[in-house]
Amino acid sequence: MSIEFIVAIIVAIVLVATPILLAGLGELVVEKAGVLNLGVEGMMLIGAVTGFAVTATFGNPYLGVLAAALAGSAASMIFGFLTLSLSANQVATGLALTIFGGGFSALAGKAFLGRTVPAFTQLFPGELATHPIWRVIFGYSPIVYFSLFMCAAIAWFLKRTRSGLILRAVGENDLSAHSIGYSVLGVRYAAVAFGGAMAGIAGSMFSLVLTPIWAEGLTAGRGWIALALVVFAAWKPYRLLIGAYLFGAVMTLEVHAKAAGGFFSALPSELWAALPYLATIVVLVLISLRRSGLSGAPACLGKPFIPTA
Amino acid sequence: MTMATRRTILKGGLTLAALPALSGIALGQEKLKVGFAYLAVPGDYGWTYAHDQGANDLIEALGDKVEVTKVENVGEAGPNVERVLRELAQQGNKLIFATTFGHMEAAVKVSAEFPDVIFEHCTGYMTAPNLGTYNARFYEGRAVIGTIAGHMSKAGVAGYIASFPIPEVVMGMNAFVIAARKVNPNFVLKAAYLSTWFDPAKEGAQAQAFIDQGCDFITQHTDSPAPVELCERLGVPCFGQASDMSAFGPKMCLTSIVDNWGPHYIRTAEAVIAGTWKPAQPWDGLKEGGLVVTPYNATVPADVQAAADAVKQGQIDGTFHIFKGPLKDKDGGEFVADGVTPDDGFLLSMQTYAEGIEVIQ
Repeated sequence: MSIEFIVAIIVAIVLVATPILLAGLGELVVEKAGVLNLGVEGMMLIGAVTGFAVTATFGNPYLGVLAAALAGSAASMIFGFLTLSLSANQVATGLALTIFGGGFSALAGKAFLGRTVPAFTQLFPGELATHPIWRVIFGYSPIVYFSLFMCAAIAWFLKRTRSGLILRAVGENDLSAHSIGYSVLGVRYAAVAFGGAMAGIAGSMFSLVLTPIWAEGLTAGRGWIALALVVFAAWKPYRLLIGAYLFGAVMTLEVHAKAAGGFFSALPSELWAALPYLATIVVLVLISLRRSGLSGAPACLGKPFIPTA
Repeated sequence: MTMATRRTILKGGLTLAALPALSGIALGQEKLKVGFAYLAVPGDYGWTYAHDQGANDLIEALGDKVEVTKVENVGEAGPNVERVLRELAQQGNKLIFATTFGHMEAAVKVSAEFPDVIFEHCTGYMTAPNLGTYNARFYEGRAVIGTIAGHMSKAGVAGYIASFPIPEVVMGMNAFVIAARKVNPNFVLKAAYLSTWFDPAKEGAQAQAFIDQGCDFITQHTDSPAPVELCERLGVPCFGQASDMSAFGPKMCLTSIVDNWGPHYIRTAEAVIAGTWKPAQPWDGLKEGGLVVTPYNATVPADVQAAADAVKQGQIDGTFHIFKGPLKDKDGGEFVADGVTPDDGFLLSMQTYAEGIEVIQ
């Protein structure tokens, strides 16, 4: 096995893992504030189509990613208004957001079918970014470096800052946070908007980096994997990073095993396709066994907060 | 033409029910109402896109003699299929196309409930007095692109991104590798089943894995243009599937096999209008125009174009059959005996892999 081949595999893992990591980080912050937004897939699709449309129109992928973040955020505000201001059921509203995102992105993307944009794949100069070995560090899209930065930033924010403490307080005990004067709904609105922006960027990773085309249902269910990863990671950013890369590794193993054949043929192809999901279940079981029933979920997750005073 | 969701069909049905007196009078000349049940959306740039093109061809050809209703996202199976077909029939459509294999059982059931409505089901095998089937010989196109790959591949190894291990797909990869090995006897085809028809990121990842492992040609039997787009970026030649994908790979997409349902839709509607329709099971090939191989990319050398054209022409005039024996299976056993040209039944139940294919089943 040559070093170039190992580099190719690592690059593939990073590419698969990044959108799940981004969307998962956003959802992690949302859930830490006590809100369960199942609309990740819908927001990703809206981000994907917006990022593509803006990049195709103005020719600037940075503008495209920014627009994707704003569009994801705007979509999340529909969810925010219904579940926070109107106290609607979060599960049902989140599912509705996913369906809405699928339909809306299909409609908005009609004009962009059959078009391509230049892939948004390089940050560093060509000699580094396409070097057969050094591309393992320098050969990625800016979105990839952004996802790693955000992982560290969110971990620091939640653990080391006063604002992070307030956000966690709102998620763990909304009544207490409210009674000492914090705006529970305000914090939750901010968290939901942030989660939407991250999902939007995750979506733009598909339409600008992985497959720089627009097609309906482009994200093909990755939003659900991001949601599962948050639980898998027990609401901890670094564990989410590991989870996303583990998932990416298993998915990359799957496509390479299928390409290689040989002794990989011992498993049928359907089992290879199921492997990432089986791995998720196995790790979930292991985590549950070790932590004696405590999942680490925020205590107020999914409960509506109705201020009484 | 009206674009319709299930809900607007329901509304339309209610409106019709409320105005029984008008429904007969308003139409001076009786239009043939034609309904289409789509697997997904025309925006997939693959299977449903091709059916939608066919429906548009029908509208263009017959103009105001037909009124077409399209229902998107009916799905591959489930109770939804039956409901959509029934609603289309109740709405007054006299010719209904169910456009994917999974619609078969629902088509059989609903066609029995509406004996005066004609149903046509794509890629199925069950018929009734008012239910026909239709399909296209995609393997003929794969024989053409396999010939091109056999000539042009330096490594002699191609990657085949496949969906599910069904006869339709097995037939396609067999045709490809048999054609390639007629040119290069050592040609190897690596195939991978993704267990999905549409997952752009995964199709792209599989193409990347094939290329990383030394394949210098990529071809696909999944629906998204993602592999073609990737190949364009990496400079790896590839082939388009279901629709003309050259827009995604202006340099590297050497040709596309296009599903061409228009001629069948037009023929069928004309037969229904003329009252001559009979249940049949046409399996149109290159000859009848059931599929089209798009013009070759300029990067395909003239002698390769000539070889590909010879395969195409031989299939059109019936002098060449890609599955004519002797053929060996992938383990070296006999696949098709010497001199035998297998019948359609053999093709439609194909589960054996031809020599030169490496695949995890």
